Amino acid sequence: MFRGLWRRSGKKRRGRSKKAIIITFLLPELILLITFVLTPIVGTFVISFQTENGYGPDNYYKVITETSPDKALVLPKNIESLRPPPWGALIHNIVWVLIHLPLVVFLGLALAYLLHEVKGSSIVKTIIFLGMVIPMIVGGLLIRFMYDGTLGVVPLLFKTLGINSLAKTWTNYPQTALISLILGSVWLWTGFSLTVYSAAFESLPKSYIEAAKIDGASGLQIFFKIVIPLLKHATIVVVVMTMLWDLKIFDIVYVSTLGGPGGSSNVMALVMYLYFARALDYGRSAATAVILALITLIPGAWFIKQVMKSGKEKR
Amino acid sequence: MGRRRGKVFLKYLAINIIVWTIAILWTLPFIGVAMVSVKPFKEVVINGWWTLTGHYTLKNFIDAWSNPIYGVGRGYTNSFIIAIPSTIIPLFIAALAAYVFSRFSFPLKTWLFITLLVIMSMPQQMSVVPLFFMLDRMGLYDQLSGLILVHSAWGLAWITFFLKNFFDTLPKEVEEAARVDGAGDFHIFFRLVLPMSLPAIASVSAIQFTWVWSDFFYALVFLASPEKYVVTLQVANMRGQYFVDWGLLSAGAIFTMLVPLLVYALLQKYYVRGMVGWTIKG
Repeated sequence: MFRGLWRRSGKKRRGRSKKAIIITFLLPELILLITFVLTPIVGTFVISFQTENGYGPDNYYKVITETSPDKALVLPKNIESLRPPPWGALIHNIVWVLIHLPLVVFLGLALAYLLHEVKGSSIVKTIIFLGMVIPMIVGGLLIRFMYDGTLGVVPLLFKTLGINSLAKTWTNYPQTALISLILGSVWLWTGFSLTVYSAAFESLPKSYIEAAKIDGASGLQIFFKIVIPLLKHATIVVVVMTMLWDLKIFDIVYVSTLGGPGGSSNVMALVMYLYFARALDYGRSAATAVILALITLIPGAWFIKQVMKSGKEKR
Repeated sequence: MGRRRGKVFLKYLAINIIVWTIAILWTLPFIGVAMVSVKPFKEVVINGWWTLTGHYTLKNFIDAWSNPIYGVGRGYTNSFIIAIPSTIIPLFIAALAAYVFSRFSFPLKTWLFITLLVIMSMPQQMSVVPLFFMLDRMGLYDQLSGLILVHSAWGLAWITFFLKNFFDTLPKEVEEAARVDGAGDFHIFFRLVLPMSLPAIASVSAIQFTWVWSDFFYALVFLASPEKYVVTLQVANMRGQYFVDWGLLSAGAIFTMLVPLLVYALLQKYYVRGMVGWTIKG
């Protein structure tokens, strides 16, 4: 029966059938997207402006000026006037990007560059990529494990070095909780940048490098003058994706510290969840989500621009 | 010449030692968790997990799997019930849409495409509050089917994007020849384009499946009754607030990551290509 349908759509009926095809093929996607994605996104905007008496920016004001350390975005009231952290969840996210991003870019790039001289490079790549494969919730548990005072490798290392102030469970202290999670997330995410960079290396034109070698360029010169400029596209991908990942970070923090102690490792996504599930304050929860979404739109817009640009080049 | 070769060899050796040291450091958490999981926790606390001597036991695994309160065994079934349809449904729907995006031009196409890209960069948090009320009204809150719908819908954007890029690289001559022979679009899509796209379909399936399996946030927000918990929720609940039984938790963590690791082991090439393939042109 369907065979007959296909045969009928000959050249004369192309115009009408083309429209029918476009609509039939797009419809299921549009229905699902509108119901479960676009409507909720718009809904979050609407709810974020809802207050007891009509609409207004109250939720945003309250969320931004919140001072309790487990929910503060920028203005936490420090208990016992300790030196921070907590600095506020939004600041923690920014710190996360500032530390995590350069480390991930550097490690991925350096490893990808060195790997072509390494025996068993595919095994190394597979090992480092494992962090991308395991569920983030397990990643968070393993990070917590690495910093555990009795079992973890990191405290043990400092114990053998005689630095007793760091021979403890890092995630339990406000001074070390945030940085321990950030460094742990380097362990999880370097596989991404390594893989993107080594794919980029494979597609580099070998003749450039050979020619430079014949002209007597040193390894470092080749790396900085030829390789790095050719890796611009890969770097943009790594930077954008890493920023998006850092800003959305949730599972790792939830399972290892729940933002603590005293809010010192709190992040935006977790604040949104705490307003939603613990405080049952949907307005402020939505407002936090909107702030987070607007921030992710900074790398997001960059990503969209790149995609649209490369699409035009093809045509 | 000999000296120069010696220098080159030393450099080669140094690079190998550095990179392999990093790689071994990278595996330490995995090795540690594996060791802790097969030893009695009391022994681990006293002797450390790095000693090979002492007793070995499977008790942690048995307990982590079948404990009536926090066992991950129950979560396993739920995770499969959610992850399999949440892979097939969006794959099929997005493939249809991606074909249209790749082959036809239509009004608002660019805007629809940009919408997909915006969705891809949106955090899950941006949808949760209204979705919660919506699912509740539809009777889908605390239902596995509700979670399947949410995962399917949120998988569409990246899958459409990925498959559109793949379809763009397929040779159009075959399709044109079939069209001249009188084949319609349905025929061309199902009999020609989809079979040629098996590598891309493998990539999408591997990644979407592991992402849904690994999801924690949506499950945390949209599931309430313990008998519906997925494996990631169960393993997170295993961790006590003040005392952590790492023997039990290690076994639970291994159970939880086992399925994604198997998918990766079986489909490694497709997995990596799916993760980074669309980022590199050509």
